[in-house]
Amino acid sequence: MKYVLPFLLLLFISIANPAAAVLPDEIMSDPALEQRARAISRQLRCLVCQGEDIDESAAGLARDLRLLVRERLRAGDGDAEVLAFIQARYGDYVLMKPPVKPATYLLWSTPALVLLGGLLILFRRLRFKPAEGG
Amino acid sequence: MIAELGHFALTLALVLALVQSVVPLVGAQRGRGAWMQLGRQAAWSLMGLCTIALISLIHAYALSDFSVRNVAENSHTMKPLLYKITGTWGNHEGSMLLWVWMLALWGVLVAQAAKSLPAAFQSRVIAVQGMIAAGFLMFLLFTSNPFLRLDPAPAEGLGLNPVLQDLALAVHPPLLYMGYVGFSVAFCFAIAALLDKKIDRHWATVLRPWVLAAWAFLTGGIALGSVWAYYELGWGGFWFWDPVENAALMPWLAGTALLHSVAVLEKRDTLKNWTIFLAILTFSLSLLGTFLVRSGVLTSVHAFAVDPARGVFILVLLALATGGALFLYALRAPYIRGVKQFTPFSRETVLLLNNVFLFAAAATVFMGTLYPLFMSALQLGAVSVGTPYYMATLAPMLAPFALLMGAAPAVVWRAGNPRVTMRRLLLPALATLALCLFLILFAVPQKPFLWLSIFAGVWILTALLQDMARKTGGFKSFRYLPLSYYGMLVAHAGFALVIIGAAAATQMTTEKILVMQTDDRISVAGYDIRLDSQHTGTGWNYNVDRITFEVVPQDGARAFRMVPEKRWYPVASRMTSEAALHLAGMDILYIVLGDNEENNRSRWVVRIYHHPLIGLLFLGAGMIAFGGLLSLGTRRARKPAEGVV
Amino acid sequence: MKRHILALLPLLFFIVLVALFTAPLLRGTDPSRIESAMIGKPAPDFVLPGVLEHERPFERADLLRQDFALVNFFASWCVPCQAEQPVLTRISDEEGIVIYGVNYKDNRDDAVKWLKQHGNPFTATGYDNAGRVSIDWGVYGVPETYVVNRGGMILYRHVGPLTWQDYNAVIKPLLRKG
Repeated sequence: MKYVLPFLLLLFISIANPAAAVLPDEIMSDPALEQRARAISRQLRCLVCQGEDIDESAAGLARDLRLLVRERLRAGDGDAEVLAFIQARYGDYVLMKPPVKPATYLLWSTPALVLLGGLLILFRRLRFKPAEGG
Repeated sequence: MIAELGHFALTLALVLALVQSVVPLVGAQRGRGAWMQLGRQAAWSLMGLCTIALISLIHAYALSDFSVRNVAENSHTMKPLLYKITGTWGNHEGSMLLWVWMLALWGVLVAQAAKSLPAAFQSRVIAVQGMIAAGFLMFLLFTSNPFLRLDPAPAEGLGLNPVLQDLALAVHPPLLYMGYVGFSVAFCFAIAALLDKKIDRHWATVLRPWVLAAWAFLTGGIALGSVWAYYELGWGGFWFWDPVENAALMPWLAGTALLHSVAVLEKRDTLKNWTIFLAILTFSLSLLGTFLVRSGVLTSVHAFAVDPARGVFILVLLALATGGALFLYALRAPYIRGVKQFTPFSRETVLLLNNVFLFAAAATVFMGTLYPLFMSALQLGAVSVGTPYYMATLAPMLAPFALLMGAAPAVVWRAGNPRVTMRRLLLPALATLALCLFLILFAVPQKPFLWLSIFAGVWILTALLQDMARKTGGFKSFRYLPLSYYGMLVAHAGFALVIIGAAAATQMTTEKILVMQTDDRISVAGYDIRLDSQHTGTGWNYNVDRITFEVVPQDGARAFRMVPEKRWYPVASRMTSEAALHLAGMDILYIVLGDNEENNRSRWVVRIYHHPLIGLLFLGAGMIAFGGLLSLGTRRARKPAEGVV
Repeated sequence: MKRHILALLPLLFFIVLVALFTAPLLRGTDPSRIESAMIGKPAPDFVLPGVLEHERPFERADLLRQDFALVNFFASWCVPCQAEQPVLTRISDEEGIVIYGVNYKDNRDDAVKWLKQHGNPFTATGYDNAGRVSIDWGVYGVPETYVVNRGGMILYRHVGPLTWQDYNAVIKPLLRKG
């Protein structure tokens, strides 16, 4: 799976909700495929209502893209392929999860850098400078 | 006439704010008592003038005076009176006026409360408060004047957005602003301390309630916004990582760190520089949030009407305030030294670790919100940052953070004993493991992330229980513990509930989307639901389709009705869907209508959700705010006792 | 010394931050406008029936018949598109540029009526009822206008109604560069 850290260290709270502007006529008969379609839809940004993903957005384009995603899944594409298909047409902006590339290294490394940096500074101060102030 | 009065009041207020910025400062510098006194008087007058201005605008809204441009653009005769009044701050200019009024309010409160501090210090605090007020008054008067007139006055206003006609939404901005602006007090205290080149425990003792109050308000504002989104936006979402939401979250995270840091400073006279820095950071993040929301540099569903000119003005304000503060910090902070008297294993360390995590979380939200902007500024292409980014980066931090939160009360100040701590935490650890094992085996679906959230939440709760048992002698005597202790318990317990509620509501949600007409049935999450009847009618300023659902719980509890609505507001040409919610314990059953079919108007798209334990999320959020308020009630020494360090 | 450096860091960070904010502010760009991901890439393959009765199908091969072509996505329900038609007509008549039109998610009769009413500068039109071809182009709203060269490569995309100034400032220089 694509989880980066062993799950014992992970506390994952999905604050992304199973949202919906999905209409009944879009729902696929195969629940496993439908599940994948919903998950993929949550990864794609609606370009009309840009604060929402295509799963939540009621915009026409969102519905078209939802149908397209399901079409590709039925055709046998893997999850990554479906995302890549849409990305090829709309660019990186359409992905809710920014791709990891040199321009986004800083973005992705900030949490770890700040956390580890903070911990480092903290432990050095605690260990080597007993008489100085905080 | 009244609008002109308001306008005049604002202009006078600006003059007064400028006086307040300069005179007490010089007075403090030169030891002129009378000049320092002027500061407090100026603060009171400022408050009076801003109140006149605010009331003038509210008056114009209440009477639907469309000769005032702001009212014409944002109000309408067909709004209920309550929403006409609350609409005063539902737009850019009005909300900035509210902001300024709150600045004046906090200024006066602080002028009163800082009496126990040396006069020079007080004056500096009041002066800085005055500078901020002056800056925002200039912003108001020069770029965002709510009192501009329209000639000829239109017969009707433009503002009838039905989505804004909601009580929770009306109260949410004032709460938020009380929080944002409240942190200006800490900011002013920090600047005054830097100017003084010293800071002591008494500084922290006086400041702490102010930080608590601002923080509690901000928590309440964020929670209310989340509650509103949940019931109004129609699918049970409660947090979207929208830039404007993040703009409130960042100061909240920094403010939480500040809260803990000030507590350490008050108790142990250490962490001085860090506390000052956090005080500057928190208010700066408030200002940054104001900038992001009103400048148009970020896309957001929330953003006010955008105007780059305003953006430039706020950026200048931000640059002067934060830049000035950080410049002063760079100069003076190295000379402010505390005395580090604690060992690596101590409560101080645990709280410092808490601060590191909170700071890292704030930095992450900051990066995620602003990165698209940075990339476009540097012309590196375009990315967007959504929920998956925040989940991937923040979720891993939550486990160690929760671990620390539970462990903290079991570690003593100054020099903790690991063995003692382990002994204290043994029972909670076992209880947590046992409870979680039970849940995993019997009650909860196979989702590892859900387990970990519950694990963390239960850990915090059991550790808190253990600590309370120990400190009250086995739950016997509650009287001798300070209110601030109970405040901590409630707030931390609230946080645990938020984690559990959020995880359960998102990971264990049941959803059913289907087309229904009268007498159709469906079973969802232990409820048998039947579409009972359909009615068309009218409301205050809308037409409505009301669909009544008869819901029978399968466990034999009493049946009940749920009536979602589809409303059409003809004047605004807006359609809204009002969800029906039913609370059962801590679970919510949620029914919302989609569209009805074109050729058969009595066939509706119906969305039914079951959100288990989501009540815990909102209850927990409320508890966090309440815990903050509880702590405010602690009796504390006004001045340091004689001979006490 | 280290304390001084540490204390200076926040200020330096802040200065960089403000600098990064000023650029987009002064430029005044709309952050919700998205750059096309198709620029520099070949136009997608497609075949669309014509909107008007007598037209033969509009396909990718048509784009390769001239040095440059504009492909305009429009709809009868799109209000800004009305403002754009005179400009497109002017570009087609005065500048001799070939313009193709793709009718996006529309009713054919409405589109025919609309073209009659607002003018038809299009050498050929395509009827994209499902909007699928438009998705292949990366269209996210109407109107949008693409510039394609003889090699079939997409050179530029304009979002929103095209004004004469936009044409002169951006598109014309592009066409001149060859």
